[in-house]
Amino acid sequence: MIAVDGLTKSYGTATVVDGVSLTLPDAGVTSIIGPNGAGKSTLLSMVSRILGPDAGTASVDGVDVFSASGREVAKRLSVLRQDTHMTARITVRELVEFGRFPHSGGRLTPDCRASVTSALSYCDLDHLAHRGLHELSGGQRQRAFVAMVLAQDTRYVLLDEPLNNLDMAHATGVMRLLRRLADERDKSIVLVLHDINYASAHSDRIIAMRDGAVVADGAPAEVITPEALEDVYGMPFTVHRLGDDLVASYFR
Amino acid sequence: MILSSPTRTTAATVAPWVAVAAVVVLAALSLAVGVADVSLAQLFTDPDGQTLLLLSRWPRTAALVLAGAALAISGLIMQQLTRNRFVAPSTAGTVDAATLGVLVSLILFASAPVMGKVLISTAFALAGTAVFVILIQRVQFKDVVFVPLMGLLLGGVYRAIAEFFAYRENLTQSLGTWMNGDFSGVIQGRYETLWLAGAAAVVAYAFAHQFAAAGMGRDFATGIGVNVRRVTAIGLSIASFTTAVVVVTVGAIPFLGLIVPNLVTMAIGDNLRRALPVTALAGAALTLGCDTLARVLILPYEIPVGSIVGVLGAVVFAALVLRKGNRYVTA
Ligand SMILES: Nc1ncnc2c1ncn2[C@@H]1O[C@H](COP(=O)(O)OP(=O)(O)OP(=O)(O)O)[C@@H](O)[C@H]1O
Ligand SMILES: [Mg+2]
Repeated sequence: MIAVDGLTKSYGTATVVDGVSLTLPDAGVTSIIGPNGAGKSTLLSMVSRILGPDAGTASVDGVDVFSASGREVAKRLSVLRQDTHMTARITVRELVEFGRFPHSGGRLTPDCRASVTSALSYCDLDHLAHRGLHELSGGQRQRAFVAMVLAQDTRYVLLDEPLNNLDMAHATGVMRLLRRLADERDKSIVLVLHDINYASAHSDRIIAMRDGAVVADGAPAEVITPEALEDVYGMPFTVHRLGDDLVASYFR
Repeated sequence: MILSSPTRTTAATVAPWVAVAAVVVLAALSLAVGVADVSLAQLFTDPDGQTLLLLSRWPRTAALVLAGAALAISGLIMQQLTRNRFVAPSTAGTVDAATLGVLVSLILFASAPVMGKVLISTAFALAGTAVFVILIQRVQFKDVVFVPLMGLLLGGVYRAIAEFFAYRENLTQSLGTWMNGDFSGVIQGRYETLWLAGAAAVVAYAFAHQFAAAGMGRDFATGIGVNVRRVTAIGLSIASFTTAVVVVTVGAIPFLGLIVPNLVTMAIGDNLRRALPVTALAGAALTLGCDTLARVLILPYEIPVGSIVGVLGAVVFAALVLRKGNRYVTA
């Protein structure tokens, strides 16, 4: 379980995450939605100790993320950031190998190599493994970063907009993959999404943020409603039931 | 595009062997070349030849290999940790600070043993480089070329201070020898400290993975559990120590730590575990080659090797900065 208690972050006079308290389960898919600037990335960065909070605590399976050793946290929690800009000239495989770092300290064991290879094929990257990162399209690079996080093989996986730059086929592919990780390997996937319909179709739970606070939190059926969505985004929605899915429409 | 990856892989596979071969050939050449007319075979068989080999030729060759490798590795580590391809001991104030350190040790403790000088010089180099790193972390505008320019400026300040004291103490000439490497005085008993730089290079290799992770950026490294602050401190300590050892023993070789890592990573990519040994070998090869050239160009006299590498380095540096579509300038 990830326990977040009173996390707060301010820049100048603006409080961008305002005393958020949450618990995230130890399995399943949890989506975080909300408008630009709601504080989603800031919250995720604090939970993954990339950003220090002004107040509050966060712990992963009882390990305090801000005081524990970096390696201990990295064995339990992996993170894909929203901005993955990178200048190093390394290959896709070399990037994915970085995911093994908390386990092996950089010296790859045969187990490491196996999980790197399986992460690569999970993400449909076998044929690109030897390509330089700078020689990939935006979507291919995004998949390489997802593969790296998979290779890290942590119980908790935090992803900030993993569908960035992906076409529909690959976006659906990544969402299915994350769903499968949760179902088959009992992982807890926490991801920030802008496409509320992907959130609706694949999540066990949806957390909606606005102005640094959680404004809705529950199963898709509770959050994907015209009232809740309008409250979050400040615009009208209609919600349709299509087969098993709740589909929100907001295009007109 | 598709073509470039197999090429990169091939380059990465052959590069270590090419580098080893270059070092072996150039080292043999370095042993064979000198004012005394002795053949390579005579060096090993003839008694006088053996003495010459032991006292002068071998120490000089070993010193060239060690100093070249050490400075090149320092450059690679500094580039990785600052994430800037133009940062090296000679462009981050490290060499100037190390020189100031030797000067201070000489003024304060005239008869300090070599190790004392090395340690004081290391402390200065580390402090001087730390000032640079802290400065560039504070600066908002992190232009790739602006960063080393700031280092050069800072180095200029250290050098001005050093020159002021050197002038007062009548040591300006020594200052020149620390700043500009010259191996003509290397004989048995006067280069052995350089093995410490070799040892530091081995330590650096043990940390290669950590340096690589830190070089991917603070957030990235934090995500995989690497303590960037600690790793940076270790890396800069190694680079400062190596630079100090070289400055104290034979004098710095300007630009070497800048150009060698750039040329190597351009050819084989940024995988540090692979790039580090190749960089060391290439640094050794370049130093050997330039020194041999320095010895034969105006026989029986010598040009300081630092001058030759310096000229070469300035040209390559300019080419790197101006290179069209240079990924690091735009990145
Ligand atoms: N370093 C910073 N300095 C000042 N303000 C910042 C900084 N980082 C973020 N902010 C502000 O904090 C607020 C929340 O940012 P955050 O990145 O968490 O939003 P987000 O919900 O992830 O948005 P998006 O959907 O656009 O990614 C924004 O208003 C942003 O301008
Ligand atoms: Mg964001």
